[in-house]
Amino acid sequence: MDSRLTQFDELAGADGRTRAPYRKLSQWLAETPPELLASRREQAELLFRRIGITFAVYGAQEATERLIPFDILPRILARSEWATLEKGLIQRVAALNAFLADIYGAGEILKAGVVPADLVYRNPAYCPEMAGRRVPYDIFVHIAGVDIVRTDDQGFFVLEDNARTPSGVSYMLENREVMMRLFPELFALHRVAPIENYPDELLATLRSVAPPHANGDPTIVLMTPGQYNSAFYEHSFLADKLGVELVEGRDLFVRDDVVYMRTTEGPRRVDVIYRRIDDDFLDPLCFRPDSALGVAGLMGAYHAGNVTLANAVGAGAADDKAMYTYMPDIIQFYLGEAPLLQNVPTFRCREDEALTYVLDHLEELVVKEVNGSGGYGMLVGPHATKAQIEEFRAKLKAHPQNFIAQPTLALSTCPIALASGVAPRHVDLRPFVLQGANGARVVPGGLTRVAMTEKSLVVNSSQGGGTKDTWVIDDAWVDEEAMGQA
Amino acid sequence: MLSRTADNLYWLARYMERADFLARAIQASRRLAALPKAYGGDETEWESVLLSSGAALAFESCGRPVNEANVIEFLTFAPENPGSIRNCLEHARSNARAVRTALTIEMWESINDAYLEMRALESRDGVPCAEELARFLEVIKLTSLTYDGGAYRTMLRNDAYWFSRVGLFIERADNTARLLDVKYHVLLPQKEVVGGSLDYFQWSAILRAVSAHTAYHWVYRTSMKPWLVADLLILRPEMPRSLISCYESIVRNLDSLARAHGRQGASQRHARGVYGKLEKLTMESVFQGGLHEFVQSFIAENNRLGALISEQYLF
Repeated sequence: MDSRLTQFDELAGADGRTRAPYRKLSQWLAETPPELLASRREQAELLFRRIGITFAVYGAQEATERLIPFDILPRILARSEWATLEKGLIQRVAALNAFLADIYGAGEILKAGVVPADLVYRNPAYCPEMAGRRVPYDIFVHIAGVDIVRTDDQGFFVLEDNARTPSGVSYMLENREVMMRLFPELFALHRVAPIENYPDELLATLRSVAPPHANGDPTIVLMTPGQYNSAFYEHSFLADKLGVELVEGRDLFVRDDVVYMRTTEGPRRVDVIYRRIDDDFLDPLCFRPDSALGVAGLMGAYHAGNVTLANAVGAGAADDKAMYTYMPDIIQFYLGEAPLLQNVPTFRCREDEALTYVLDHLEELVVKEVNGSGGYGMLVGPHATKAQIEEFRAKLKAHPQNFIAQPTLALSTCPIALASGVAPRHVDLRPFVLQGANGARVVPGGLTRVAMTEKSLVVNSSQGGGTKDTWVIDDAWVDEEAMGQA
Repeated sequence: MLSRTADNLYWLARYMERADFLARAIQASRRLAALPKAYGGDETEWESVLLSSGAALAFESCGRPVNEANVIEFLTFAPENPGSIRNCLEHARSNARAVRTALTIEMWESINDAYLEMRALESRDGVPCAEELARFLEVIKLTSLTYDGGAYRTMLRNDAYWFSRVGLFIERADNTARLLDVKYHVLLPQKEVVGGSLDYFQWSAILRAVSAHTAYHWVYRTSMKPWLVADLLILRPEMPRSLISCYESIVRNLDSLARAHGRQGASQRHARGVYGKLEKLTMESVFQGGLHEFVQSFIAENNRLGALISEQYLF
């Protein structure tokens, strides 16, 4: 897959003929004066700042609250493209859940030798406290954010599975709201599938996994590390949309293995915790004793089956970059199906043959730390200096098991509106998959992240990446073309 | 609702109210200080603003001379003054951010807009000029109006609303009482001096600080008399910043809470007690017992209510 040669633009296509989903947008762009785009960009910025949609950047003293750059041009997927993607996503999350239930249970996949046991048990995200435990309905991953890229108009690749506490869904929802305020005329031209039902779907998912004692009317809370967390805006936004309390560790306490929150009317029992806080900080009695963010005794209540945590403790054992390389086998093993979404071909540096290849081709590969996230701890070979490459060579030789490598993908581009005009930039897509006891749900679209700098492949918001609204539109042109030919 | 949320809402309302009071007090004092000495215009006015805003000690420790520029800067923008308008706004926003879910979008936007305006002003070099200061004080007053109006028009009538109302009225009662305490000496009954008193402009400054300058005339239909100014600020139920009016609101909101929770507690009983006393009070008895003593004891009672609310609801 040497896709470095060709650059696939989702509007222009490979051959420069505007691709069908973008025809109306393209025409609209051609007819729209640049001043109008400029003024809408300003309005968008103003809207975001007023609503207070900010995120915190660690270590950036002067800019503790920043806006994520927002691009006003939508990224468009045809319903037919989305249908493929949706099936693949649901399949993938089903496999992730089966895998987690298995590695904390019987360990069949390890016995079968499909995945090396040491890779699972020595994984820092593997949680020994969960070994032999079952979680309600065997669902570990209730909310997954699967990062998707494409390099041509054929298929989609999964870049990463986020099975812990994936964030970004508030941007997906707010981007749509802002777009509907800014561009009613574009919505009138397209039939865009709505996403506003996401909070309802999330609520239904969380309710479905409540412990039986809640009798179908569980008290659900969203647990945040607090307002200094980078995703605090999202936590408060979601709690508000869900209509549930936004709690911090200090608002909860455990008595006789039951979790309560401190309310103005006294203690109130909590049944489901949608936690946006890492495993390590959940319970100082069980994990990090220095954590002031968690709740002492929470794991006891969890093991007693008195409270459901979403996502389950230990879910991170499945979204590790080393585990990623086994996902096609994992899907095959549990579901007996071929994976619908491809993995990006990946070299496991723990394997000698792969390591040799990687060390010989550092200039053209992307090397990632197995446990890194947010675009940190990553080498983009073609864009790296000699010194950076040598630094990584040394790291790789010292701890090969900590790294994977992938070919530098020519990520697809989408047009964005800049002060200087419309130009293509690299994008990825993070759809959000919900898995409850009553089925899987995906709202059409997801969060499109865009590298705002020319040629850059890093889309992470912590490194200056931006976002776009993502539209799934009806393939009306199929009918129109059929009519035209008739 | 979560106790922490209730606590945040309560303090958010107090900070917003305090910022509003400070802005009004500064404006009124500037007006007074600008008068010739013979009309009461005097630098001592700035000392009394420091006293009534509870910032006198903090100001003293910064070692600067008491004059208009220094005091205004200290009360408005000084980061080192914990009770400056900028810090009130910062605390208010931080509280608001922590409880975004309990606020309506209108309330959040009004706080956030004012905060952004303040940050923009602060990011510029140099001391804000008189015009910028005046504009900023106007923004603060407007913000408290939109915040308050936003709360009144858009919030669900539940715990969140009642706690924030209680916070607002406790703070307001405290501000009015402090203003009375600092100025009590000019409000004592005296023989009317023909042709007006030297203190006339002091009285009108007090009224302006609580935005009651016009209200006074509507209520009393007579020229300004100090004991009537005191009456207006203490006992007139129709005056929204009078102590009695604040307590009428406190009792009502605490009762709503008690009804929703199905139980009355110490804070309800205490608030009703204070309100009952105010209802029976006459200005003669206030002056007989001493205005200063009355105000001091009121401030203590009001603080006590704050403590009782914490005990009862905030766990």
